[in-house]
Amino acid sequence: MSIWFSHHWHALVSALRKLTDAPITSLLNIVVIGVAFSLPTGAYILLENLQVFSGQVSGAPQLNLFLALDTDKNKIAELESRLTQHPQIASFQFIPKNVALQQLKKRDGLADIIDDLAQNPLPDAFIINVKDAAPESLESLHTEIQKWPEADYVQFNSAWTRRLDALLKLGKLAALTLAFLLGFALVAITFNTVRLQILARRDEIEISKLIGATNDFVRRPFLYFGTIQAAIGGITAWLITAFILHLISNELTSLAKLYTVDLRLHHLSSEDSAILLLSSACLGWFGAWLSVANCLWKTESRWFKDTKYTH
Amino acid sequence: MISFSGVYKRYLSGFEALKNINFTIEPAEMVFITGHSGAGKSTLLKLIAAIERPTTGSIVINGQNLAALNGNEISFLRRNLGLVFQDQKILFDRAVFDNVLLPLQINGFDFKTATERVYAALDKVGLLKNAKSRPITLSGSERQRLCVARAVVGCPSILIADEPTANLDTDYANDIINIFKSLHQVGITVLIATHNTELLGNAQQRILALSHGELTL
Repeated sequence: MSIWFSHHWHALVSALRKLTDAPITSLLNIVVIGVAFSLPTGAYILLENLQVFSGQVSGAPQLNLFLALDTDKNKIAELESRLTQHPQIASFQFIPKNVALQQLKKRDGLADIIDDLAQNPLPDAFIINVKDAAPESLESLHTEIQKWPEADYVQFNSAWTRRLDALLKLGKLAALTLAFLLGFALVAITFNTVRLQILARRDEIEISKLIGATNDFVRRPFLYFGTIQAAIGGITAWLITAFILHLISNELTSLAKLYTVDLRLHHLSSEDSAILLLSSACLGWFGAWLSVANCLWKTESRWFKDTKYTH
Repeated sequence: MISFSGVYKRYLSGFEALKNINFTIEPAEMVFITGHSGAGKSTLLKLIAAIERPTTGSIVINGQNLAALNGNEISFLRRNLGLVFQDQKILFDRAVFDNVLLPLQINGFDFKTATERVYAALDKVGLLKNAKSRPITLSGSERQRLCVARAVVGCPSILIADEPTANLDTDYANDIINIFKSLHQVGITVLIATHNTELLGNAQQRILALSHGELTL
């Protein structure tokens, strides 16, 4: 076990030395990885915030049932009983026409107009909260209620949020594709950086192999190097997006207030931050592994290239 | 113990470096392998260290048939061999101390024990005062002794040296051979490939003579 720790300690120290031996190169590589990863991370954060915002605006899916103007109290009571027993309806609220008028009067600039009206033009209404928010279920309930004789008009007020949701899903797919492509770029960056490291230490690798180093021993410092570099790149991406969010957050909140919307931008959750760090570290590890495997294969095939071996 | 039986080494170009080599070297023996340039001395040593593979035949080192070993097992075998290369293979980007430290790092020694062993090995070859020097500042003889220190620092059971006295004056060459003799006296099997016939006259040890890939003695 102590040999295992000794090897890993040696590899870690060697990797940190490689990072600090060429600080400018290491810094630039980390910045490149950070910027590359900040693009999909930023897109993901934007889409997550938009989704939260659309959820806040639309709330739970609702149907507004406006009754015919001549609907009497008996029919309303019968309708309440029907809604209570309906399996697809979670809850409902009855808004009498006079209450609706009072609410309308409270809005800016409408009080004088409403006072001038000879009679209340508004119908009685039910606001219906549904159990199942699936689009097909909402559509079938909408069609069913529309057919009731007391119903004058049924308003389905979540249509635009559904469109927004569809757009958000598309956006997330685009962000995921971007993340995949830039993840590939991270592998390529690490591969190339480690390849240059290997070229600079070719003699050391060859001598180490000749005096008993296993492939794992040769590989380990480079794997640590690739993983640490990419993980720091991931942290840099997190910091870049945090900085940009900080810059635009206040301006965006002020803008949203003008439209009476409470909008606050949130950074990645702790789980998403951990995924960002872990995925960048894993991609760095993979890039380094490919590079060292390529080097070891070349070294060994150079030793044995002139050998036609038979047992 | 080192055992060769029916070993041939033929390169893809068709050149036969070794032909039907059969010999056994007992533990703690000191053996000189001699022959003209191109006789197959280096090839024979490379086969022992599994740096190259035989075309046919069997090589057994300390009871292990090399043909049956996988990559990791070959690495562990090499840790039990001390190798002095013909082209020295010194790392010039680090100090003498760090060059000698490398085999111990590979073996997973803790730094304190490794440091003690490195200083002991450097003392043995007379390079203690040069521990912190860069190899570029060493003379030819000192570099050769650095290679010997690196080869013996891991306490190998077999020491293999390929032309360790090449390009050295007679006095310096004798110094190197005396170091090998002292290692042999503590029970290490020593194989030295050389074409320096003067050394053979002085050494009075077993000789394996190669000529055009065949054992003649």
